[in-house]
Amino acid sequence: MLGPAVREGAIVYDEIKSAADLPAGWTDEQEGGTYRLKRRGDDALFGYAVGPHSWKKFLHPPTERLWQADRKGKTFQVTEEKPDTQKTAFIGVRSCDLHAIAVQDKVFLNGRYVDRLYQARREQAFIVAINCGEAGGTCFCVSMGTGPQATSGFDLALTEIRERDRHYFVVEVGTELGAEILAELPHREVEDREKAAAEDTVARTAQQMGRHMDTANIKELLYENYDHPRWDNVAGRCLTCANCTMVCPTCFCTTVEDVTDLKGEHAERWQKWDSCFTKDFSYIHGGSIRATPKARYRQWMTHKLATWIDQFGTSGCVGCGRCITWCPVAIDITEEVRAIRQAPQSPKGSLTGDKHGNT
Amino acid sequence: METLEHILAEHPFFKGMDQRYLELLTGCASNVRFEAGQYIFRAEEEANQFYLIRQGKVALEAFAPERGAIVILTLAEGEVLGWSWLFPPHRWKFDARVVEFTRAIALDGACLRKKSEENHDLGYEFMKRFSQLMARALLATRLQLLNVYELNP
Amino acid sequence: MSTNLTPEPMMAADGLAPMVPRLHTVQRVRQETYDTFTLELAPAEGGGDSAFPFAPGQFNMLYVFGVGEVAISISGDPAQPEKLVHTVRAVGATTKVLGRLRRGDTVGVRGPFGSEWPVSEAVGRDVVVIAGGIGLAPLRPVVYHILRNRQKYGNVVLLYGARTPSDLLYTKEVEQWRGRFDLDVQVTVDRASASWRGTVGVVTNFIPRARFDPSEAVAMICGPEIMMRFAIQEIEERDMKTESIYVSMERNMKCAVGFCGHCQFGPTFICKDGPVFSYESIKALLNIRGI
Repeated sequence: MLGPAVREGAIVYDEIKSAADLPAGWTDEQEGGTYRLKRRGDDALFGYAVGPHSWKKFLHPPTERLWQADRKGKTFQVTEEKPDTQKTAFIGVRSCDLHAIAVQDKVFLNGRYVDRLYQARREQAFIVAINCGEAGGTCFCVSMGTGPQATSGFDLALTEIRERDRHYFVVEVGTELGAEILAELPHREVEDREKAAAEDTVARTAQQMGRHMDTANIKELLYENYDHPRWDNVAGRCLTCANCTMVCPTCFCTTVEDVTDLKGEHAERWQKWDSCFTKDFSYIHGGSIRATPKARYRQWMTHKLATWIDQFGTSGCVGCGRCITWCPVAIDITEEVRAIRQAPQSPKGSLTGDKHGNT
Repeated sequence: METLEHILAEHPFFKGMDQRYLELLTGCASNVRFEAGQYIFRAEEEANQFYLIRQGKVALEAFAPERGAIVILTLAEGEVLGWSWLFPPHRWKFDARVVEFTRAIALDGACLRKKSEENHDLGYEFMKRFSQLMARALLATRLQLLNVYELNP
Repeated sequence: MSTNLTPEPMMAADGLAPMVPRLHTVQRVRQETYDTFTLELAPAEGGGDSAFPFAPGQFNMLYVFGVGEVAISISGDPAQPEKLVHTVRAVGATTKVLGRLRRGDTVGVRGPFGSEWPVSEAVGRDVVVIAGGIGLAPLRPVVYHILRNRQKYGNVVLLYGARTPSDLLYTKEVEQWRGRFDLDVQVTVDRASASWRGTVGVVTNFIPRARFDPSEAVAMICGPEIMMRFAIQEIEERDMKTESIYVSMERNMKCAVGFCGHCQFGPTFICKDGPVFSYESIKALLNIRGI
């Protein structure tokens, strides 16, 4: 069972044994480059937004062995890694993260090749979603159309209602498996006013968004502004530390590492999280294509918000705000978009028109 | 039988040039042929002609004592050989060695320079073409210099 | 942004996961130049398939046990899939070790991946093949295919340039091609050696006078990116349409199956949308530095 837990000053996703392990009575204060846990006045179990972890930690793990091989004379024998059959339950998945999982599904399951290891873990995961009771300081799921109401991709979805004298959950069933599990728990049909309370909770959350992103024609906006001076501006601040790619629930880039033991008898291939912010990411014989922080930041942001749409049919961003919170210099993706939108350049470096702005 | 004027008009270098100017130039032109191995001109010699190659192959060479003859560029049908006649000191910079039997139109430099001074319109038409030639040659040379096939260490 | 449609993968019936290499045995190693060699591979005994079908333009990931994996274009004859041929330039750890392999050694192969040169679209039309340096390797399958189906194509021109005479690949073969009456082959070097009697100059010099009909020809260009850009400029000056010009792009390649994200070039993945692209589809990308 995997769910939120307090670890070293943050609410992360970890193995939990029961509801007692949940961060009851905790909330988070998030802003650009800032994350703090604070005690709540009540004992709500899910009274916080999202932390540095996302569910990709489990579905698309930071390190994963793909196969092993052993030398046999002049040749070698490869043993593929078997897909995980461990059943898991994800407790407390936010709507933004549900969308993020769906976004990664498109990458790993819907292309010409299927990542079988991801597929197995995905199929074994039982998802209990939570409709957020309050928005985080950097949230903008409303702008991205990804929340706060969970609408699909869950087995069960809960809305926590913490009233003065009552503490209960309104449950929505998403799948048959969800219904089966629910049948084993003490529950009853929801009353109208309880349902209304759940709807109000979510509606209130939607009003509290910490950030906003105007996504109108965002693909064209970024395609037409590859040479915008804002990229130089953000490059002056970006440390290329790659925090954003680590905390982003949709970033999926990995590297392939071939390792061997000292005797050279046994080799393994590992897949490990990688980040387009590293200089080596785009290295080909003798040099990196994206040699500057400017090129690399631009790559990340245009991929996330624009080219992703052409690649996979949706935005890569789910408005969770993690990149804003966990950036050590508080670069705000919504602000960067705003700056480019406010002063778009003539499309000299443009993917939608020629050098003279003709389309 | 093809007249010289006709031949001039067909060469890519003179494409689109007004009939009147071609007539004027014909007086400076002559048909020439070279056998393989012959030198059309040598570095340091006086440069009085340039050549419109109609057929064949010519190698521009530089001579370095310790390296021998080094081919810098090969010219073939449709291309133009020789610029040094245009500007003083009117001396060839490189050797031009015939690689394959070559037929060309030789144009007398002094004759051309005189006619261009007399008729600036003709001169301008001429210069337009020549400068474009030089620009392309410069680009090609830069590409050679860029050493595009080299991998950065 | 439109991208190339990728053809159906030719996966083996063994259903191995795309990240698992299939064992092949080195049949021949031939040194082409001082730093480039050609490996001829065959599926290892008991490896299932006895052939490796591929389309011209596709590439494989070649794995050397305990060293690493590298993306290499297939440069053999598509009509002879039992011989899997790769021409490799030794520039890094893996490619250097690949160059030291000998007959009987094992290489892991994943593939074939990627999009193909438009040999079908080119049927009934003139074809201009422009290769720079090792760029001839991914284009050689095109030449093989055309020569096997010669009557299906119009005028066929091969323009090949390398840095120096000692960098020329497949010299005997290119000489044979040059001797044919139905193929126009022009070879040049940027810098001559003392003994070189051929043409000297950049390969793009050939383009203005190459014998093909620009109104209906198909051009296939492969080489260093700068060389391809200038070749495109020259061929556009002959009024060739951008949809008829094709290039092969290269980027950092790790998984080759669209999962690792390394090979992205704008919205395209070189491993699945490329490496062969119509110039039309990536025109804008080529002009953006550091994309």
